[in-house]
Amino acid sequence: MSGAVSGTAAAPMPGLTVSERLARRRARFVRERAIEAVLFLAALVSVFTTVGIVYVLVKESVVFFQHVSIVDFLTDRQWTPLFDDAHFGIMVLLSGTLTSSLVALSIAIPLGTVIAIYLSEFAPFKLREIAKPFLELLGGVPTIVYGYFALLFVTPLLQKIYPGLPGFNLLSAGLVMGIMIIPYVASISEDAMRAVPMSLREGSYAMGATRLQTALRVVFPAAFSGVAAAYILGISRAVGETMILAVAAGMQPNLTFNPLEPAATITAYIVQVALGDLPHGSVGYQTIFAAGLTLMLITLAFNIGGHVLRKRFREAY
Amino acid sequence: MNVAKDIQKRKRHEAIFAVVGFLALMIGVLTFVALFIDMAIKGAGRLDWDFFTSFPSRRAGQAGILSAWVGSTLVMLVTAFFAVPLGVAAGVYLEEYARKNWLTDLIEINITNLAGVPSIVYGLLALGLFVYQFGFGQSILSAGLTLALLILPVVIVATREAIRSIPQSIREGSYALGATQWQTVRYHILPYSSAGILTGIIIGMARAIGETAPIITIGALTFIAFLPPAPVTAQPPFFSVEWLFSPFTVMPIQMFNWTSRPEAAFQVNAAAAGFVLVIMTLAMNGLAIWLRYRLRRNIKW
Repeated sequence: MSGAVSGTAAAPMPGLTVSERLARRRARFVRERAIEAVLFLAALVSVFTTVGIVYVLVKESVVFFQHVSIVDFLTDRQWTPLFDDAHFGIMVLLSGTLTSSLVALSIAIPLGTVIAIYLSEFAPFKLREIAKPFLELLGGVPTIVYGYFALLFVTPLLQKIYPGLPGFNLLSAGLVMGIMIIPYVASISEDAMRAVPMSLREGSYAMGATRLQTALRVVFPAAFSGVAAAYILGISRAVGETMILAVAAGMQPNLTFNPLEPAATITAYIVQVALGDLPHGSVGYQTIFAAGLTLMLITLAFNIGGHVLRKRFREAY
Repeated sequence: MNVAKDIQKRKRHEAIFAVVGFLALMIGVLTFVALFIDMAIKGAGRLDWDFFTSFPSRRAGQAGILSAWVGSTLVMLVTAFFAVPLGVAAGVYLEEYARKNWLTDLIEINITNLAGVPSIVYGLLALGLFVYQFGFGQSILSAGLTLALLILPVVIVATREAIRSIPQSIREGSYALGATQWQTVRYHILPYSSAGILTGIIIGMARAIGETAPIITIGALTFIAFLPPAPVTAQPPFFSVEWLFSPFTVMPIQMFNWTSRPEAAFQVNAAAAGFVLVIMTLAMNGLAIWLRYRLRRNIKW
């Protein structure tokens, strides 16, 4: 055998001079580092994505705020960006987002928590084994399908109870959104409660507590950081949810906190503009980036809040 | 206080809670059942072969989802093409290569945060970056890339979890035989974690196929009565990438379009399209859950 051995993994490398062997080991080393570099670049894509999001939102918003003052944006009580007499009061869209989110969370948080406690502390093993995957399936249903359900099933149902309800309203969109969020809240809270060590429960039972008392006063507080994370995720989902609201809550900007009225949310407004034909670079086009930036800042605030909560209430066992 | 009475009261509370918990669970379940049955009943009349082989039409009775399901398939191809290699590579890097330093922390915080960004914000990113800055236009390529970025955190997290469950002794055995780090990853880590990674990929794709908001934001058209150019051609080089830059529509957008029309006939179409969409996502998620179940049962280190 001469120096023309193919492949790199010939361990004893017979017939090679020392310098040839070293060169081969060097090639192997270089290839290893090259592969690591490629994998590292792939991992960096997530950082580039964040940078890209911030860059696009800020760039277009800066141009927008050259036309519209920040004070007007925050205090104006009208949102009519496409009219001749244009007003840009984000408050109008925020009211829709806030109202629909509150309706959704008033469903999702209590029900999600009760389901989590039930599945973690009460349900028989078999039921939990079926219910957990089912909840995951529920979480996978496309939101446009929930939107259809809100507009064409829940709204007519609500109109039977309350005949004056308009065809588009925040109530039915919020209710369905709440049901959509239940699986997220329940699943993550349940994981957190299951992670609480058995010895804590046993200690509680030994003191004569019932299962309910143990669940509410021992397991729930011990798992609170995880449960809080689930709530925060639920809030983020509610604030960022788009299609249910675009379909069932109408796209009329409306400064209201009454869930029985139709109103546009930040997300529904972006959809409405995107469906039309706004020329690239117009003020109308830039409004959706300013709206998107507002949305991003809200969810970021909640994410940071969640992080702080998790750190503060973390119980280590 | 009468102790016996007190104990009885607490036991009663407990029984009540067990019922309340079960009912809460049933609210979630029954809502889904109602949604599913409602769509199945309303849409059943339209679910025939013609529905899948017709273009959308101004006449509700003749409209179909041909361009929508073809568009969804092509967009998913692009999404998988980018999200799978990038996500798996990033997951492998973070689990097997990354040193504990600020850069790794930055990447990890980023991935956690990206998972919480509303999907419509990805649409704005795509509109500003892919559609205008890079000049891809309102095309299948832009949509596929957007959804790839959207599901990247899902794929990365699944990859990391799958890799983390492989015991350290496997790596040590490989190194002891003289394998390099990449050889260990290539011949041991990736094969042993492939089922777990696949589960994550399927869940990510199921999410992508139902996403509507980001695709509307980049400006996908709602009325498309043609198919993108075929990827295979008669002349050499026998394939074409023209379809990547073609306008398109996808299943959820077609459904949105039909849902938002006032005519009842179109809402029947929406029910039928929604039924198909739900079956598709349920099948994908069901497959992923089943895979994970089998995995947990079969592999014992």
